[in-house]
Amino acid sequence: MIEVKSLSRHYGHLKAVDDLSFTVEPGQVLGFLGPNGAGKSTTMKMLTGFLAPTAGSARINGHDVVADSLAARRCLGYLPEGAPSYGEMTVLDFLLFVARARGIPAREVHTACERVVDRLNLAGVRHQVIDTLSKGFRRRVGLAQAIIHDPAVLILDEPTDGLDPNQKHEVRKLIAEMASDKIIVISTHILEEVQALCNRVMIISQGRLLADDTPAGLIARSRYHNAVTLAADDVRRIASVLSELPEVARAEVKEGELTVFPAGAGLFDAVSRSVAEHGWAVSELRYEAGRLDEVFRMITQGESA
Amino acid sequence: MEAVTTILRRELAGYFATPVAYVFIVIYLVMNGVFTFYLGGFFERGLADLEPFFRFHPWLYLFLVPAISMRLWAEERRAGTIELLLTLPVTTGQAVLGKFLAAWLFLGLALLLTVPIWVTVNYLGDPDNGVILAAYAGSWLMAGGMLAIGSCMSAVTRSQVIAFILSVAACFVFLLSGLPMVMNVFSGWAPQFLLDGIASLSFLSHYSDISRGVIDLRDLVYFVLVAGFWLLANVIVLELRKAD
Ligand SMILES: Nc1ncnc2c1ncn2[C@@H]1O[C@H](COP(=O)(O)OP(=O)(O)OP(=O)(O)O)[C@@H](O)[C@H]1O
Ligand SMILES: [Mg+2]
Repeated sequence: MIEVKSLSRHYGHLKAVDDLSFTVEPGQVLGFLGPNGAGKSTTMKMLTGFLAPTAGSARINGHDVVADSLAARRCLGYLPEGAPSYGEMTVLDFLLFVARARGIPAREVHTACERVVDRLNLAGVRHQVIDTLSKGFRRRVGLAQAIIHDPAVLILDEPTDGLDPNQKHEVRKLIAEMASDKIIVISTHILEEVQALCNRVMIISQGRLLADDTPAGLIARSRYHNAVTLAADDVRRIASVLSELPEVARAEVKEGELTVFPAGAGLFDAVSRSVAEHGWAVSELRYEAGRLDEVFRMITQGESA
Repeated sequence: MEAVTTILRRELAGYFATPVAYVFIVIYLVMNGVFTFYLGGFFERGLADLEPFFRFHPWLYLFLVPAISMRLWAEERRAGTIELLLTLPVTTGQAVLGKFLAAWLFLGLALLLTVPIWVTVNYLGDPDNGVILAAYAGSWLMAGGMLAIGSCMSAVTRSQVIAFILSVAACFVFLLSGLPMVMNVFSGWAPQFLLDGIASLSFLSHYSDISRGVIDLRDLVYFVLVAGFWLLANVIVLELRKAD
């Protein structure tokens, strides 16, 4: 369990993290969202004991990250931002080093390394010097290093940055597999990743917590939640007809598409019935669950579009 | 202790994974040769000892030890690996010690590679091998003292160049503090205990004692204390500003 109480970190006058409090339970995959400079990495650095908080406290499985730092770090796996690693080492040597430093018994060090090499598809570059790897491979080495000791708490700062779509998929699968009994905290700028991976989302901006919700809960905040969008040639005429329906609160035309917003339940049925009755040539008709990027903008910029 | 050896092994392997080790060793040996045979007049003196060899070690180390120590922490900062290293379950002290010991062993290895000169002098004459052994020990101890200074300086910055310059300057002060030209600045107005204190800080006086074969416990304690002090300072610097 991660318990964070009034955690703050100041750089001079800048409040990089400002009075953050939350707890995370096993089984949760928490996604940290926020614009650049929001304080995501700074928070993670404090959780891993690298950076001392200016005020407040954080505990990992009951161990305070400052007072009982070693014990807290033993429970952790951490992928720092940018996935730093010792460039002059080969992948295998690097993983062996981390495994030993993590206190894995000498007999099991090699099996532990082979396991993560397999899980992150690193077999082909096992003996390659890390400096000569591509960015995506380096990121995977960083991930391998973070999970090598099968930690109870995983903190991953932008784990899929720089990965190709296949590897992104693989890494998400890996995280999902590990999720059931662990605490996983990831930061990311990829909103679809949050929907695919996380069961909890925290949006922070300028160091403050602005939202703490499930992905579904966040999406439900979207203006578009339960709206219906259709594309046709003559959307303006359709808009004027549809706005007369009792189920429709408002109609909006944007880039050749018409979006109608619900006044109550049953909007999609009402719209599709209308389309059929009038015989409009509609090229696309879709139900909107909500748009996470729009919610993100709304929350972090206070704007509603 | 296991954590220290793990870090030590990684660091030591790191020297040989890059050209650093080979370049350093070659330069070290060549410079030693130049100093001993040309400047020191090894043959001309006609004496069976290694005084000309050991005499220049403080000045050789003044530049070569910071060249090794400058990357110890500055490079970790620059590459961001410091965040990886210090979030592993190892204490800052273990990390500092592991890195220091690796560099010190490496300097010891370079020193060991000068053994041919010892063989030569034994072939040419009949030197006092006890004195030579003591001088080797003294040389290695002095290298350790300077290394500790350099390691601490390297933790202050992410720039290896700055780390190098700071280390050379600090080592220079420690080397010179016993020389008359420094002492003259203080004598006359500073109290005697301060003069003694400054003089006794000098690497040179302690080193020259040992390299003459006089192994005094105080000289050994001196080097251990100097190294301990700077390594402790190194730990404190890191603890205070790991992330900057
Ligand atoms: N060492 C430092 N000294 C001064 N300011 C810093 C330092 N490190 C971070 N900051 C500032 O703290 C704020 C938060 O930075 P942080 O790296 O946590 O952002 P982030 O949310 O991870 O952003 P990104 O999405 O770009 O990774 C930023 O304004 C940054 O400039
Ligand atoms: Mg960041």
